[in-house]
Amino acid sequence: MKWDTCDPSEQYLLHLGDDALVLGHRLSEWCGHGPILEEDIALSNLALDLVGLARQYYQLAAKRIGGGTTEDRLAYWRGERDFKNHVLVEQPNGDFADTMARQFLFDAFHLLQLEAIEQSPDADLAAIARKALKETTYRAQHSSEWVVRMGDGTDESHSRINAALKRIWPFTDELFQPAEVDRIAAERGLGPDVRTLREPWLELIREVLAKAQLSLPDMPQKLLRGKSGVHSESLGFLLAEMQSLPRAYPDAQW
Amino acid sequence: MVSADDLRKRLHLVPDPEVPALSVLDLGIIRGLRIMPDGCEVDLSPTYTGCPATEVIERDVREALEELVGKGNVRIKTVLDPPWTSDWISEEGLRKLESYGIAPPPKRSSDKRSLLGISTPLNCPRCKSSHTERIAAFGSTACKSLHRCLDCQEPFEAFKCI
Repeated sequence: MKWDTCDPSEQYLLHLGDDALVLGHRLSEWCGHGPILEEDIALSNLALDLVGLARQYYQLAAKRIGGGTTEDRLAYWRGERDFKNHVLVEQPNGDFADTMARQFLFDAFHLLQLEAIEQSPDADLAAIARKALKETTYRAQHSSEWVVRMGDGTDESHSRINAALKRIWPFTDELFQPAEVDRIAAERGLGPDVRTLREPWLELIREVLAKAQLSLPDMPQKLLRGKSGVHSESLGFLLAEMQSLPRAYPDAQW
Repeated sequence: MVSADDLRKRLHLVPDPEVPALSVLDLGIIRGLRIMPDGCEVDLSPTYTGCPATEVIERDVREALEELVGKGNVRIKTVLDPPWTSDWISEEGLRKLESYGIAPPPKRSSDKRSLLGISTPLNCPRCKSSHTERIAAFGSTACKSLHRCLDCQEPFEAFKCI
């Protein structure tokens, strides 16, 4: 099936689901490797939430696309080019500071994005956002607490989180650059005009960074097109691992 | 003839798989229960998005009600909106949680400000002291956080408010 030919509203659901699934999968890679037990558990919990959220978007998309499409088909049988997630969320975990920097920058965006989607005239989509906002608030609180703890901590933790933020910063511009899928979603009132989220996002980020004794990175931004299916090298490896089981055993049940 | 009351009574005996002290009715996830000519229909609200128990709960509810209305005659509708909140846990449920050793969520937890103020100390479910601290916002399941009582020194879990 050519996923690009499905209705743009359905593609928007896939875009939202892909962000949640890819970031959730990344976080799940921490399971058993967390720096402390509590954090290992927390990261796995965050991963579960995000994969759960991806399922809700995919279930809705599958129902609307019809023709026997299922949530599993959407997660496991689409290729790299079919995934419309932001390049930010597919970035490798790196060390704990890298993971928290990625999480913090995305969580702040995610909160604002969901607040806008909650107003969507599409009642099913708005319901998912309304529910997800609660758990996203927990995630945002968690990641910002870690940014503050590391930034305002020891010299070592400060320099690690500072370096992590600089590394991940160039991936954030894509959040606010509308791709085709955003443009149509905004036209139909399904989601926000992402350009309008940049200022409130910066405000949230600045507030936390100030508490963390960190300054806003000023690295040049990358020109990215993840939302149009053009990804970094990392996504292919992630999908190869995530999709290997159902592709090797298409009739597997779990 | 089976009545809605019979179904309700049966659901009182269906425990949450992860917090078996609570029934699905105590949890407040049964939003509707209707007798139909060919069985019954249940509106069910999932609790936490990432909760792996959601599907087990659905299966348990289905199997319990099938005992009364017959196999294949239970239709379950998942209702996302309004989203489930810990405020829907019944008074009895809150008491059961506390005696089970889990600090219940404070009321009006659906207020987003209280989400951000989650570190407000809770009462220790054992010695009732309010002199407690949060150890971690994420616990053994999606619905719980970890705390410690600074008076009796016991660690305890709390049901997260969403």
